[in-house]
Amino acid sequence: MIEVRDLHKAFGTVKAVDGVSFIARDGEITGLLGPNGAGKTTTLRMLYTLMTPDRGQVLVDGIDAAVDPLGVRRQLGVLPDARGLYKRLTARENIDYFGRLHGLPEDLLASRREALVKALEMDDIADRRTEGFSQGQRVKTAIARALVHDPRNVILDEPTNGLDVMATRALRQFMARLKAEGRCVLFSSHIMQEVAALCDRIVVIAHGRVVADESPDALRAQTGAANLEDAFVKIIGTDEGLAA
Amino acid sequence: MSKATSNPRRGRAFLTVFLKEVKENLRDRRTLMSAFLTGPLLGPLLFVMLINVTLNRELEKAEKPLPVPVIGAEFAPNLLDALKAGGVVPGAAVADPEQTVRKQDADVVLRIAADYGKAWRKGEPVQVELFYDSSQRDANTSVERMTRLVEGYARQQGAMRLVARGMSPSTAWPLQVARRDQATPQSRAVLMFAMLPYFFVITIFMGGMYLAIDLTAGERERQSLEPLFANPVPRWKILCGKLAAICAFSAASLLITLLAFAVVGQFIPAEKIGMELDLGLHFATYVSLLMLPLVLLLAVLQSMVAAFAKSYREAQTYISLLMLVPIIPSLLLSFMPIKAQAWMYAVPLLGQNLGIMQLLRGDGVTGEQLGLCLAGSLAAALLAVLATVQLYRSEKLAISA
Repeated sequence: MIEVRDLHKAFGTVKAVDGVSFIARDGEITGLLGPNGAGKTTTLRMLYTLMTPDRGQVLVDGIDAAVDPLGVRRQLGVLPDARGLYKRLTARENIDYFGRLHGLPEDLLASRREALVKALEMDDIADRRTEGFSQGQRVKTAIARALVHDPRNVILDEPTNGLDVMATRALRQFMARLKAEGRCVLFSSHIMQEVAALCDRIVVIAHGRVVADESPDALRAQTGAANLEDAFVKIIGTDEGLAA
Repeated sequence: MSKATSNPRRGRAFLTVFLKEVKENLRDRRTLMSAFLTGPLLGPLLFVMLINVTLNRELEKAEKPLPVPVIGAEFAPNLLDALKAGGVVPGAAVADPEQTVRKQDADVVLRIAADYGKAWRKGEPVQVELFYDSSQRDANTSVERMTRLVEGYARQQGAMRLVARGMSPSTAWPLQVARRDQATPQSRAVLMFAMLPYFFVITIFMGGMYLAIDLTAGERERQSLEPLFANPVPRWKILCGKLAAICAFSAASLLITLLAFAVVGQFIPAEKIGMELDLGLHFATYVSLLMLPLVLLLAVLQSMVAAFAKSYREAQTYISLLMLVPIIPSLLLSFMPIKAQAWMYAVPLLGQNLGIMQLLRGDGVTGEQLGLCLAGSLAAALLAVLATVQLYRSEKLAISA
């Protein structure tokens, strides 16, 4: 479970995150929806302790990120906005590197790695060097290495960015599977369809603030809009920066 | 799902990072070329070529017939005979001796005045003029040789005149200077090899350069630093693993270059000009020892500089500028020879420079000098490590673009 309490982060005079609070529960997919520049990535970066909040608290499975950042990172599987691979290493070697950094014993690492390779259907590319990988192949590899330590909580920053339809579908199925396994899945997106189709809970962020935190149905009821798209536009006040 | 408890294997993060960096960079042709081929071998090759050219030219100059245009040769046939005996080949007179030497048509021009014969017969002092350009270093050997010959002739004639007048030649030379040159064959070599320490530094530099750039600027540019930092490993451990990989590459470069110098050292005809050059095992061992802390220091400095760069190219630019810094002690020592004080050995780069020069002179380094050199450079390296660790804590460091 990921708990975020009143997070603030400013860069100079720009308040990127200005009082964000929400809870992402185990066995649910929580969507962080907001236009570009709303503060989604900065919020997530504070979750996986890349950045320190100016104010507020992050708890992952009850561990305070300010007190034990390494402990928090151990509980998390992260697909950051930046998902660069080591291009002179094969996909398997990329996955192994992160597994070893997590301190996995070799036999466990091998079985986890192979399970992910199978689940993500990347058998054909696993022993190729990642140089020249397609966007979809890159994301698969990045997800596999993020999940190799079998984390209870999974954070995905705009996971479908740049993926084609087939790859997007596959990824959504994979996220549903993570949820079925009882994990806490938190992902950000600016694509309404995606959030609507996947999420148990939607946290809408605009201008660094949470403007709604509901289930999709509740969101519709709250705004009185017939479909989610209209609901979002009503909540955010503009459709700028969103994609259908 | 595995419960995250403290895991002893996590302590191996340092090793994991080190091994991954080594493996990845061994697969990069550019890094390999720079670390194991061009870096360590270009120096020795260039060096042996330069030295050979210089030595051969010096040797040739010392033995070869020396063509000298002579103006007024007909006035002093005896002088000319003496010069010819010394290997000078008198050439045709030139109209403008100043221009001739300045345009390097001749190293030196001799002018004999028309009243030479008359004055000589009267026993009056006569003057001959030597035209040369001392800024043409190339010509210096010829000028010296010519000067010696003319002066030798003058002294000889003077002695004969004194004898003819019934006096001992020693009357005219109450003081005799006896030169006692204390240069050993090895120390003579030092003058020529003043730049040698710089070659070693450059090699270390080139060996680790691409890894150092890759360390931050490269990771950031290919957007892999952020995922890397999302792992439950303290950043300083990642940094240390990477530093170790840089050090491994640059140390390997240094060993290759020492080996190469030991081999090419055989082909430098140093003994021909009375020099002795020992670039063998003893030399190599001491140089590696002296250079060891420098390997770490340079690795850290390169990483630090690269950490400030936003992109690979920017890092490359900064690092090439950094490469000019180690040349300072070498230049300093070759242009203004200073007497080494004990404290100088503790200064990184300068200490190594002095130590290597001493090895070349054949004096060896004392335990105190070695200790100072190692301690000084190691202290600087550790300080730099601390500074870089601090730099690594910065939030901005991880963010790509």
